[in-house]
Amino acid sequence: MADVAVRLTQLTKRFGDPAGRRSATADGSPTAEGVTAVDHIDLEVEDGEFFSLLGPSGCGKTTTLRMIGGFEQPTFGRIELQGEDVTWLPPYRRNVNTVFQNYALFPHLSVFENVAFGLRRRKVPIAEVKRRVSEMLELVELPGFERRKPSQISGGQAQRVALARALVNKPAVLLLDEPLGALDLKLRRQMQVELKRIQEEVGITFIYVTHDQEEAMTMSDRIAVMNRGRYEQLGDPEVLYERPRTRFVAGFLGVSNLLPATMDGQADGYAAFRLGDGTTVRVPTTVLEDQSGSVAVGVRPEKIRMHETDQASPPGFNSLGGTIVDASYIGVSTQYIVRMADGRRVTVYEQNVERATKSELWKTGEQVVLAWSPDHCFVVEEGGGAAPESDEELNAVA
Amino acid sequence: MTATVARPPRMARTRPPRSVGRLISRWALPVLTALAIGYLLIPVMVMIVFSFNDYQGKFNFIWNGFTIDGWLHPFEWPGLPGSITNSLLIAFVSTAVSTVLGTLMGLALTRYDFRGRGPMNALIFLPMATPEIVMGSSLLTLFIGSALPPLNGVIPRGTFYPLGLQTILIAHIMFNISYVVVTVKARVAGFDRHLEEAAMDLGADEWTTFRKVTLPLILPGVIAAALLAFSLSIDDFVITNFVSGTTNTFPIWVWGIIKNALPVQINIVGTIIFVLAVGGVALSTLRGGGAAPTRIR
Ligand SMILES: Nc1ncnc2c1ncn2[C@@H]1O[C@H](COP(=O)(O)OP(=O)(O)OP(=O)(O)O)[C@@H](O)[C@H]1O
Ligand SMILES: [Mg+2]
Repeated sequence: MADVAVRLTQLTKRFGDPAGRRSATADGSPTAEGVTAVDHIDLEVEDGEFFSLLGPSGCGKTTTLRMIGGFEQPTFGRIELQGEDVTWLPPYRRNVNTVFQNYALFPHLSVFENVAFGLRRRKVPIAEVKRRVSEMLELVELPGFERRKPSQISGGQAQRVALARALVNKPAVLLLDEPLGALDLKLRRQMQVELKRIQEEVGITFIYVTHDQEEAMTMSDRIAVMNRGRYEQLGDPEVLYERPRTRFVAGFLGVSNLLPATMDGQADGYAAFRLGDGTTVRVPTTVLEDQSGSVAVGVRPEKIRMHETDQASPPGFNSLGGTIVDASYIGVSTQYIVRMADGRRVTVYEQNVERATKSELWKTGEQVVLAWSPDHCFVVEEGGGAAPESDEELNAVA
Repeated sequence: MTATVARPPRMARTRPPRSVGRLISRWALPVLTALAIGYLLIPVMVMIVFSFNDYQGKFNFIWNGFTIDGWLHPFEWPGLPGSITNSLLIAFVSTAVSTVLGTLMGLALTRYDFRGRGPMNALIFLPMATPEIVMGSSLLTLFIGSALPPLNGVIPRGTFYPLGLQTILIAHIMFNISYVVVTVKARVAGFDRHLEEAAMDLGADEWTTFRKVTLPLILPGVIAAALLAFSLSIDDFVITNFVSGTTNTFPIWVWGIIKNALPVQINIVGTIIFVLAVGGVALSTLRGGGAAPTRIR
């Protein structure tokens, strides 16, 4: 087990509590006024990990990061850095560095002096400052930019200077708050790869904040999906995608079909669920965790195959009849919307391989049978928690 | 502005503009600009020209021929050197004190949310809004009152009374602070707080952050405020007249002397101050432009 770089214990931040009191109640539980930006978070980030906080706007990602950096004081809870309690230490006494969303490069200092800022504070000898700054600029591929001012470089370059400025101090943990937010898509992609490369090269723990699920998935070792001041699920990208545990996670990472269902017994390692239209689908019991109350069975649109008849679907697969109500050709794939007997809509992505030309594609109005392996199912709790999008909206967006 | 107007827009070639419109756009603005600048500069020009006047009698009113006699003895008039020394002393001290205090106040008022911040923000305008003559007379009342019962003996004699350099200083610092606060606040308002957080993140404590990041970035505002304070102090007459007692500053001295004479030295000192002021402003514009681009990504 790797060492823990950052440990958050019951970390809570409330804004707008009555002035003069840090917390209205002893354990930081809500009072009438105020917003709970971060709500009793427990989290452990391992050494050398690329860890992402992913969530929609306003869910408390920045606030969490700012508390770790020391810019915001928690209402309640504890922050440990490599085993040391830093909850009440000022930013300059913590061995973490931050890459700010707007980069916050010092406009009056040259690129060199920006990067050297941290080293100079620690009275590192001049020769070593020079050496380490040039090494860093080399690493972020900006040699020769030493004498430019921040106003004389591009956004992507500024982002890299901000990264170099933080990394040159060799912090235990690097905090990054949507560092690629201001860049255009192409540059974003390029910087994602570069960030990942740099992280692997320097081996520093990264805590990365983003609301872009694709970005989090491609770069992270582990992701915590946050919603309303808490994280709903924590795991590596694959687990989050294949086995989301809540409706929110299922909807936030990619597109999901969620079919409300009731459990109807178990046998041979599979549980049977009855859907709204009376069909029964099978789900491996391994994906069942103690989901309580009403649940929904989920399946990703790309896991579903479409067939003309029931017979065509492989044995043991879940199958479901419906009518195609919409087909949109997207080039690599075609997206279909299929209406089930009970009126529910299911989204299906089909690679344009077997049916590649427009005339070969399924047509609106055709009766089809949807089939998918039970192993691709997941089960989420219904009701409680905010669903980011309803099925209808999902279909509309996708 | 003049440049873009003086040259007709490119469109003019394809579509002939109305000639009156073109005439106006070509000539009106430059002419009006020249007139306005002339209006502003003529008094200064007169002052400078008359500093070279070989005038007759006591009053330097009528042009009588060119001489540099005056410039050879620029301060030679009883009381003049003393009054200039006083003016400079007061201007420097009041500028220094009010710039430091005003900058800190400006920072506090924009940065921190504390009880009484709203009223404070409004109060800071009072010294600017109050007519100078009212301010002067009430200060005089206050200072004299401090020497009478029941305050008599509570405040050490010589603080507020008798009137002198120290009372002028108190008055100047007071009105200067307002101007400094307002000027600095404008600069601090556009300041990105993340820059200070970044500095602290990189290991700078509060004081280092102020020295290395905050101050360099608001410096143009602080310099502008200091120049403003200096110029307000050095030519204040109304308030100073109330609280100066028997102490002369340059404006007070001029006011006293012109009843009997108008020596060329007044023009000379005026010219020197003007040249220094223009130089100072030019310098700060150059520095301000280069040192602190407000552009922040
Ligand atoms: N200084 C503050 N005072 C009051 N409320 C605040 C403050 N800062 C943040 N909040 C509130 O706390 C909640 C979480 O904010 P936070 O900035 O952490 O969100 P975020 O997840 O970073 O969102 P985004 O993706 O939009 O940056 C929001 O509801 C926000 O309005
Ligand atoms: Mg944020």
